[in-house]
Amino acid sequence: MTSQRFPANLKEVVAIIRSAAEAGMSIAPQGGGTRADHSVAETAISTTGLTGITAYNPAEMVMTAQAGTPLSEVEAVLAANGQMLAFEPMDHRPVLGTTGEPTIGGVFAANVSGPRRLTAGAARDSLLGITFVNGLGDVVKAGGRVMKNVTGLDLVKLLAGSRGTLGFITEVTFRVLPVPRATETVVIAGLDDAHATAAMATAMSLPVEVSGAAHLPFTVVGRFLSGALPEGAATVFRLEGLPHSVAARTEKLTAALSAFGPIHWLGEPESHVLWREIRDATPYASARAKPLWRVSVAPTAGHQLMNALRLHTGVDAFYDWQGGLIWLQMEADPEADFLRRAIKQLGGGHATLVRAPKHLRKAIPAFEPESPAVAALSARIKASLDPHGIFNPGLMG
Amino acid sequence: MSGAIEFLEPRADVIERRKTIIEDLADFLPPDALIHEPRRLVPFETDGFISYRRLPLAVVLPRNTAEVAAVMKYCHRYGVPVVPRGAGTSLSGGAIPQEDAVVLCLSAMSRILDLDYANRTATVEAGVTNLAISDAAGPEGYFYAPDPSSQLACTIGGNIGMNSGGAHCLKYGVTTNNLLGVRMVLVDGTVIDVGGKALDAPGLDLLGLICGSEGQLGIVTEATVRLIAKPEGARPVLFGFDTSEEAGACVADIIGSGIVPVAIEFMDKPAIDICEAFAQAGYPLDVAALLIVEVEGSEDDMDAMLKSIVEIARRHGVKVVRECQSAMEAAAIWKGRKSAFGATGRVADYICMDGTVPLSQLPYVLKRTAEIIDSYGLRVANVFHAGDGNMHPLILYNANDPQDAAKAEAAGMDILRLCVDAGGCLTGEHGVGIEKRDLMRHQYTEVDLRQQMAVRAAFDAQWLLNPSKVFPLEGRDA
Repeated sequence: MTSQRFPANLKEVVAIIRSAAEAGMSIAPQGGGTRADHSVAETAISTTGLTGITAYNPAEMVMTAQAGTPLSEVEAVLAANGQMLAFEPMDHRPVLGTTGEPTIGGVFAANVSGPRRLTAGAARDSLLGITFVNGLGDVVKAGGRVMKNVTGLDLVKLLAGSRGTLGFITEVTFRVLPVPRATETVVIAGLDDAHATAAMATAMSLPVEVSGAAHLPFTVVGRFLSGALPEGAATVFRLEGLPHSVAARTEKLTAALSAFGPIHWLGEPESHVLWREIRDATPYASARAKPLWRVSVAPTAGHQLMNALRLHTGVDAFYDWQGGLIWLQMEADPEADFLRRAIKQLGGGHATLVRAPKHLRKAIPAFEPESPAVAALSARIKASLDPHGIFNPGLMG
Repeated sequence: MSGAIEFLEPRADVIERRKTIIEDLADFLPPDALIHEPRRLVPFETDGFISYRRLPLAVVLPRNTAEVAAVMKYCHRYGVPVVPRGAGTSLSGGAIPQEDAVVLCLSAMSRILDLDYANRTATVEAGVTNLAISDAAGPEGYFYAPDPSSQLACTIGGNIGMNSGGAHCLKYGVTTNNLLGVRMVLVDGTVIDVGGKALDAPGLDLLGLICGSEGQLGIVTEATVRLIAKPEGARPVLFGFDTSEEAGACVADIIGSGIVPVAIEFMDKPAIDICEAFAQAGYPLDVAALLIVEVEGSEDDMDAMLKSIVEIARRHGVKVVRECQSAMEAAAIWKGRKSAFGATGRVADYICMDGTVPLSQLPYVLKRTAEIIDSYGLRVANVFHAGDGNMHPLILYNANDPQDAAKAEAAGMDILRLCVDAGGCLTGEHGVGIEKRDLMRHQYTEVDLRQQMAVRAAFDAQWLLNPSKVFPLEGRDA
């Protein structure tokens, strides 16, 4: 990136994008810069001049904010009203070693979600409406501020997770949820990955509303909760809600899982820390030279994929989303081809290279390559929003 | 109905070649997969929006993705419009054909391909009905959450086309929140797979874009959806209020309290009277508004949630509280609500609106709706999903009186404009179809619409897929 611009309002955003389109200059929309997407664009346009919560009625559980509003500000205002973002956005700073303030626009532009995504949906599921500037400099509104809306094409979902390749998001409207009044974590100690997968599937088959299901193999378990988890692997389940209900469901889940192994329980403060560490993949925050993958597969395929990889190369991993999300740290080479082939053989999914040394980042597509038909379609869609191809060229395909 | 909604002018060249097109289709489709005799086309001339009807050129009923692809490839090559159809239950005219169109009906593709309980997914062909998924997964303790009123008949392909909701989506979300993957045939016959059993798909969110695209981006032939563990139990409570305002404020407070009910349904006085006369559900007749709030969970959980909910209702001056002790009492509470559309149909003809408004605007929109209806000298019954602000005013009229019908249609349009002006939208779950197409400019600017149409063109530049729907007919090529 050779330059950076800081528009102070929508009008300036439009002017910058229009002149970029005319000059054929590539641009990268940027929030706090904490998620480091390795754009090759010439100019970064920052949202940090577009800040502020523009509408929030706690009784409606809907908030509207300018894209550059710091996530911390959004979360603080919500917390003061006993509410939260249900999808628990991950903080990428620990694993990427970035600094700066994540923005609410960046969260939705990258569709960043955490452990509760398993049952509460991803960021894109909470996003109700957006304003964005397309590659022609037109200001486009999509969606609105109501939960149910099927009026026209859902450009809201399309822009969510598009990583600044389709347009410059200037404002987002999203739904929020009440903070659960109680939280408890059930821990099974000592399971191997296969048994943990079975235990997680069992828990999700029960009407106890598990809001997080993760498996932390023995190689990583000591790096959670400052080593306070019981010895051996930990398979962990989060229950949230009204206090007496959490207690009753904890009892039920414990009874159903006790055949798998010895059970422990974590109360409120430890639970909050543990699930934040799972969300942020903190065990992989120290050795930042090692390549880090984020792999998404069917929950029961996760441990099979790990078995295949372990025979081939040095890997370390833990599982979230009932086993379907794998945080995978490679000891040496990223092994992109082998990994992506194995995923295909196990029924499909995708792998994103979240972190790698610079020379490897350049050589390996960070995002899963698409089939030719889907790639062609995606290119046509991009062209329909960004006909001059100025937004983050080549970033996603 | 007044017949005010226009369709695209049928393509004369296509009509002219009708015989050849049918012969060509017969070449690659089995005899029972092609319908072209006018008499047998009649059942396909309309859908749940029965005021408008058009005979299609032909109907095809492919049995697999390859046959769908062959039909699309042919129609694309020869410029023949295609109107996809599931069970034909659309309330907005989404499946109504036109004279130059081949109706591509997915009802013969009705196999459940895979029920994967460990991964909590069901993979089904597009013609499988919504309820069939829950029925198949039920014995193992799972269900598919979105539950449109037509769930006995409507297909998953149609649900994806319209991004269907239902009474219980307050807790579980609508179709787009429960869809993991699709196999889709593009307009030129290319088959693509998007998503699968993993929770998120790579690349641009094509799944999100396809869901709710009203058959304009391609033909979904298979879908993978999420299954959810069935709750231990569900229990409703019924509240009667002296005013709609009190009921509306109560809804907002319940939502804000941290309890997430699975459903909050609202009925006003005319709706209560109509439903009670039909279903004898035991509804109080001396109140102005009813709420039915349903919670899920264990017995203890439900007791605690209902206790909090009743306390909130008391703060809002609730006049009648009916809790239920048995499944029979619970069924009685739902009986009236579930018969609302049928019961209304016995009293008068009606059109059902589907606008959604922010919760804080509910009382205002109800009041203005009553004023609008009064000004036309009509009657309205309001039955709707209050928890998410999705209104369903039923405008009563006499279909045999063209003037009355025109008034009802005009009043409906006024109410939808009101919903948009109050910060809401034209349609929460029924789709735009032809019904609300000409109001799109009220919700979106010309720039917004042009952008949506440009994205649409990335899939179907020639407007072959369901061409008379969603976007206003004039100004399309601008």
